[in-house]
Amino acid sequence: MIGGPQGGGINSVAETFAKACARGGLHVFANIEYHSNIKGEHSYYRVRASDREIHSHVDWIDVLVSLDKETLFGDVHKEYPTHNGHRHEVSPGGAIVYDGALKLKPEDLGRPDVNLYPVPYVDVLLGALKESGHEKELSKFQVMTNTVAFGASMALVDFDFDGVSEAIKEGFTGRKAALGDLNVRAARHGYDYVKTHFTDGFPYKLHSINSVSKRMLIRGVQAVGIAKFKAGCALQTYYPITPATDESEYLEHHEREYNIVVVQAEDEISAILMAAGAAHAGVRASTSTSGPGFCLMAEGLGWASHTEAPGPVIILYQRAGPSTGLPTRTEQGDLQFVLHAAHGDVPRMAIAPGDVTECFYDTFDAFNYSDRFQMPVVILADKFLASTYRTMSIFESANLKIDRGQIAKDPELTNGADTAMFKRYAFTPTGISPRSIPGMAGGIFHTTGDEHDEFGHITENSENRIKMMQKRMRKLDLANELIPDEKKANFFGPPQADVTLVGWGSTKGAILDAMQDLEADGVRCNFLQVRYMSPFPTNLVTRHLTSARRRVLVEGNYAGQLGELIREHTGIPMDYRVLKYNGRPFSQNEVFEGVKDAVKNGTKEVVMAHA
Amino acid sequence: MLELKDFRTKVHNDWCPGCGDFGILNAVQMALFELKLEPHNVAIFSGIGCSGKTPHFVNTYGFHTLHGRSLPIATGAKLANTALTVVAVGGDGDGFGIGAGHFVGAGRRNLDFTYVVHDNGVYGLTKGQASPTLPKGLKTKSMSFPSIVEGLNPLATAVSAGYTFVARSYALDVRHLKETLKSAILHRGSALVDVLQTCPTYNDINTKEWYAGSDLQTKSPRLYKIEDTGYDGFVKDPNNEKEVNEKKGQAIIRSFEWGDRIPIGTFYRCEQPTFEDLIAKRMPSFNQIPLIKQELYERDVTRLFESLT
Repeated sequence: MIGGPQGGGINSVAETFAKACARGGLHVFANIEYHSNIKGEHSYYRVRASDREIHSHVDWIDVLVSLDKETLFGDVHKEYPTHNGHRHEVSPGGAIVYDGALKLKPEDLGRPDVNLYPVPYVDVLLGALKESGHEKELSKFQVMTNTVAFGASMALVDFDFDGVSEAIKEGFTGRKAALGDLNVRAARHGYDYVKTHFTDGFPYKLHSINSVSKRMLIRGVQAVGIAKFKAGCALQTYYPITPATDESEYLEHHEREYNIVVVQAEDEISAILMAAGAAHAGVRASTSTSGPGFCLMAEGLGWASHTEAPGPVIILYQRAGPSTGLPTRTEQGDLQFVLHAAHGDVPRMAIAPGDVTECFYDTFDAFNYSDRFQMPVVILADKFLASTYRTMSIFESANLKIDRGQIAKDPELTNGADTAMFKRYAFTPTGISPRSIPGMAGGIFHTTGDEHDEFGHITENSENRIKMMQKRMRKLDLANELIPDEKKANFFGPPQADVTLVGWGSTKGAILDAMQDLEADGVRCNFLQVRYMSPFPTNLVTRHLTSARRRVLVEGNYAGQLGELIREHTGIPMDYRVLKYNGRPFSQNEVFEGVKDAVKNGTKEVVMAHA
Repeated sequence: MLELKDFRTKVHNDWCPGCGDFGILNAVQMALFELKLEPHNVAIFSGIGCSGKTPHFVNTYGFHTLHGRSLPIATGAKLANTALTVVAVGGDGDGFGIGAGHFVGAGRRNLDFTYVVHDNGVYGLTKGQASPTLPKGLKTKSMSFPSIVEGLNPLATAVSAGYTFVARSYALDVRHLKETLKSAILHRGSALVDVLQTCPTYNDINTKEWYAGSDLQTKSPRLYKIEDTGYDGFVKDPNNEKEVNEKKGQAIIRSFEWGDRIPIGTFYRCEQPTFEDLIAKRMPSFNQIPLIKQELYERDVTRLFESLT
């Protein structure tokens, strides 16, 4: 873990480290915690590296790299302290690298069981600057103490310096190349300082291994963004909001290569409606937001669904609510909201990917479904999925097929005669009406948020109203019939077990990793991960849960929203609930501890609190 | 050959007898016809209210959207298919009350569309409450007290927001309105046509007779054509910041003229790069092939994955 003030270069160092490990053939999981602040508040980045596949983070730290005193001791001196530092989280025998200029005595840290490595960051940096003739520019380059600390920690674990240097240089291309060289020098000086001054032989080593395949270091916003390019999304709209904006920026960065127009709208109301208008006009369109923005989109969601727009696809990166909540922290608190947003009976699809791979495939599918079933599709991701890096093999994408749904042709299109009217909302056995697209001769349609007839004109006729409601809602049943079960939910572990874990979304990784710990501890378990929230796979979930002995819900919200949803559809209650709503994601050990508390101690509701 | 009747639908019209909406509807249909546009290449968007029903009466692609939200939906459709002629219609409450943010946002982009506002000072469909353009101190017949909030000036707001064509017309002067609409549709960029309109049911102040000046000593009409006074709102050199600012300034000043004499006509017009032009600077194909016609599907994304290794 590396911790320090925001603006202190935590991200670049952690991501460089992650890259170096990934290049070295290791599996990496890297997640960040930060404040809603630009400069100064405490942030930290965990990078977990392993020679086997990992899906989550853990709460203990083997090597803590602290850029400032607060990372060690917290801000307890403040009137309103927010945390008490990370020195307590270092595992016995682990290491703390910190600034020698703090002049701390070993007992100050209160951890006689860990190895301490004071490195005078500024002095070491000055050495590097002198070497390159920049010694007069310390204030300009002071932020590079982060790289010194990074280099020092890499020496500690005996990581090959060439790997470090290569990963650093990659972050500085083109005009910034000289800065890259300077950073490599700073890292080298940190590295050498540790090698020269500490010869106690810290036992944790991190070495490259030969890996079979090339791996990506990818996070949720990138997986979603690439899926949008693959799906042929032509318009992305957004209003700036943490933590969704990164995705729009990624798309914008590749705008030219993939001919996608990215528009920053005046608000989220406009964002969803621009996308809905574009979908009606015949292109694939999407918008990305977080909870507060999605609140504003409720109205547009209702209109898009009622007018049977083929879209948009809405990516909702949940963050801790309600209201502004904890803007930079994660939560799974919007599930029930997504299912009920907008007044009236509004068909919409909602899919919850559990990792970066599912982010990619579910987003791609979402565009096909919005075209086929002519309704908006919401992807329920969250801050944790959006921003967490994982190493993955390159996703298979060559066989993904586009399905634009039923588009009207002659003679449905009144044979090109603009004077005849086209039934955009024709009653059909499936509920799906072939659509025309503005610009098509003979396809002129009208659409309205009022109740309407087959031509899209307003009518308050009773019989028509009933038929239209049934037509729109039937499309959800159709989607449920046509979409294969393997997309709707995942089931891991043996068919029969002592304990069945039930979860959704980004808790998937921690649950999967904790299952092994539980198994080792004598708790035989399996895991049902629900992915489709609307249409809800009632039969599938019932099948899995009826035979379960003890059902433990693991969810990142207060109300146990998935548990309630399952009970609503299947009547099956959860026996235990392991919940977390402090804005931080579940770790592997936390799921283990929570589930154990539930099943061994019989605690009905366990609330986890690791930060 | 297209005829004017080809722009009409057979949908039952339930506006009040004598409503100014009829004049606006006729002028829209005539303008589209006279510009020789094909119905399937035109899309009309509306919000909620009496004016919201307009698309149902026009035989083009028609989108009856949400209260105040016609412009975002129109914007999305235009970006998807720049070959469409996009016209949005709405009421003053729809556009300047609940939709004010979108009105400003759309103007700033200067996308090529025309926005026709039915401006009658009242919310008709909800039975006569004050709309954002009702001047402070006025009380129409269903209000209990005179309005105690400032009326909004649509033209001045449009000029400030970035609309590059800003005009005012009158619903009962169909000829002037039709010609203004034609210029607005032909204009490349965001165009506002604010249409003064009578509401015979709820606005008992700004009536047909009031506009005709029958209460004035002179008995002469309140409305006059601003161009007849030698006014010229057309910016000759859009790159000349001084000229642009002067023309904006004079448009704003004249737009506040109200009372016994009320100008109609084109207050401001400037040919500046549109939103489409500026997108095309980043993505040259955008103005050549509408997005809807581009080959965007099943493309290779391997290099994006590769770039993450």
